[in-house]
Amino acid sequence: MTLTAEVARSQGALRTFLHGLPGVDQVGAEQRAAMLGTRSIKTTAKAQALDLAIRMVDLTTLEGSDTPGKVRALCAKAVRPDPADATCPSAAAVCVYPAMIRVAAEALRGTGVHLASVATAFPSGQAPLAVKLADTRAAVADGADEIDMVISRGAFLAGRYAEVHDEIAAVKEACGGAHLKVILETGELATLDNVRRASWLAMLAGADFIKTSTGKVQPAATLPVTLVMLEAVRDFRAETGRIVGVKPAGGIRTAKDAIKYLVLVNETAGPDWLDPDLFRFGASTLLNDLLMQRTKLATGRYSGPDYFTLD
Amino acid sequence: MDFSYAPAPESRSIVDIRSSYGLFIGGEFVDGKGEPFKSINPASEEILADIACADAADVDAAVRAARHAYDTVWGPMPGRERAKYLFRIARIIQERSRELAVLESLDNGKPIRESRDVDLPLVAAHFFYYAGWADKLPYAGFGPDPRPLGVAGQVIPWNFPLLMLAWKIAPALAAGNTVVLKPAETTPLTALLFAEICRQADLPPGVVNIITGAGETGRLLVEHPGVDKVAFTGSTEVGRAIAKAVSGTNKRLTLELGGKAANIVFDDAALDQAVEGVVNGIFFNQGHVCCAGSRLLLQESVAEEFLTALKRRMAHLRVGDPLDKNTDVGAINSAAQLARIRELSLVGEDEGAERWSVPCELPERGFWFAPTIFTGVTQAHRIAREEIFGPVLSVLTFRTPDEAVEKANNTPYGLSAGVWTEKGSRILRIADRLRAGVVWANTFNKFDPASPFGGYKESGYGREGGRHGLEAYLEH
Repeated sequence: MTLTAEVARSQGALRTFLHGLPGVDQVGAEQRAAMLGTRSIKTTAKAQALDLAIRMVDLTTLEGSDTPGKVRALCAKAVRPDPADATCPSAAAVCVYPAMIRVAAEALRGTGVHLASVATAFPSGQAPLAVKLADTRAAVADGADEIDMVISRGAFLAGRYAEVHDEIAAVKEACGGAHLKVILETGELATLDNVRRASWLAMLAGADFIKTSTGKVQPAATLPVTLVMLEAVRDFRAETGRIVGVKPAGGIRTAKDAIKYLVLVNETAGPDWLDPDLFRFGASTLLNDLLMQRTKLATGRYSGPDYFTLD
Repeated sequence: MDFSYAPAPESRSIVDIRSSYGLFIGGEFVDGKGEPFKSINPASEEILADIACADAADVDAAVRAARHAYDTVWGPMPGRERAKYLFRIARIIQERSRELAVLESLDNGKPIRESRDVDLPLVAAHFFYYAGWADKLPYAGFGPDPRPLGVAGQVIPWNFPLLMLAWKIAPALAAGNTVVLKPAETTPLTALLFAEICRQADLPPGVVNIITGAGETGRLLVEHPGVDKVAFTGSTEVGRAIAKAVSGTNKRLTLELGGKAANIVFDDAALDQAVEGVVNGIFFNQGHVCCAGSRLLLQESVAEEFLTALKRRMAHLRVGDPLDKNTDVGAINSAAQLARIRELSLVGEDEGAERWSVPCELPERGFWFAPTIFTGVTQAHRIAREEIFGPVLSVLTFRTPDEAVEKANNTPYGLSAGVWTEKGSRILRIADRLRAGVVWANTFNKFDPASPFGGYKESGYGREGGRHGLEAYLEH
């Protein structure tokens, strides 16, 4: 029996497995993340990092006020982040609410930019399973090729791991061919031990990606949390051979921050994860700072924000 | 994707190294009467400066200057006034910290990340901490009117040149003593820059005297009859000789000597953080740390898993140019030290331990040694007993907590130890039974000026740091 099947066979087995994972010392994890944050990435390495970061952005709008016009503008931005520079790569994906998928699908057709949709009663996840599954199926039917689901944090914190597991597995099935990103909402899980357990739980249930946050809860993505998730995907691969991606989302606004995350990836999970298929940034304002830094590096001058599109 | 970090060198233009340095005696730089020697950059073997060497007459002049300052200015000065000087020195160190950090990395070979983020902040913190004590000595627990001892002769090592200077000078001055300090012959430059800082702070002449030279100068200093107190940090061998020389005199003595610390990892440890701690424990400062966690004691049930993780982590260590901001492991401080590390590593191989080194390219010039671990080591191996003082970790295993404690304590040393477990009760029980001056739990190589530091057995006696550190400089 595979590890996945063995562990998932009962609530008891899941609990035993998750609680048997090595603990995380929060002080130590924070120190490690802070130390890696002091890496100095300059010149050629910076240029390489900035382009990679742009290619990893899931350009996101998740507002009640989103309209087709706003979403179309965002799609155009994702395809050509810097209209003045043809060498600038596209973002990885656009991430929208389910109601906006058709508009985005139309705008992104043939561009190679992925279309992600949040689903499963985002952001709280407080809806019956049937509703969540219907939400997911509708999103995929409308053209999303990536689904960002939320786990039931309430069930997780209450220790009902099997319930969380089975829900993720059911959503994964409903995704069909679409990639599944599982949002742990680490700001509500509170401890790094919980982050490690939730990461493993999501991977055991079939997640293609594990993602930190909805962006609606503070704190959202942090370096220590992402460090623990990167350790989890690294260990999961060593254990099962399956490689799972990581997506920090929310609160990453500057190129400097993004580069810190790339260093974290490089020195924790390893260079295999330095790929838009395995690491993403869920962000909106980050992209413009990446573009400004990119232009600065190429020209030696800073341009004002007016020289970059606000979408 | 291969993400290789471009060189990110810290600029050395911030520091102005003179072509030659004299001795700092009575507030002035004067020529030494001994044969001058050279201080080199161990990362490149480039000559940095000519350094004066103090002979017997120079040592005598320095001790007299210190005595004069003690009798006329510093001894009679109220603590609250002494404090002002110490606070001023602490602030100047902070202001000039970049300069001091670059100079430390140039002269010592340690990575700029460490001199910038560890050494210099701790140096300033030590002066701030003891500045605070200067006017509160009657409340330190050593009686209502503790008195200074007089002139302190201090000899410090090359592994943390400026930090060891701070550990020695800050408490001595706060307590009202004057000092003659001899830095190590391979790393005198930051001490000489500190002498300039003393002038910048208008410290009265003679309160701090810095004399340079090799072992002979150190011997002359500790044996000088005008010295009331001897403080030494360095090897156990030299410490023993000093203890002999001082016995039968009225001199007070504190010794911080070698170590062979056990870092004990239990099977319920937070694995990833324990790996970090073990790496920091032995590869911090190229392992040139007396309290380094040079013996890793692994519980057998996790040994294999842990070693896999440790090697994976070690492969990320960046060895090279100390001034590159991304360097984790710098240069070995001297050719002599490199020879000793190589020799003991060969002994380890001969004795049948299995050697694994990080596959990394080492620079051609300078003194370099790749981070190395030896597995299959037993208590009977020399590399489990002798201090290597380099980036070499000996890995032993144990089965039960009792066995771990027994092995950890089975050493002539007793400076530090580490315990890694998520179980709080185990930390308390094990720490209680470890015969080491410092026991770190779920961390390693953490220093704070408020925390006393010192050893058991051949690791020396006396405590430095904290309230306890004042005792060595007070009559009570």
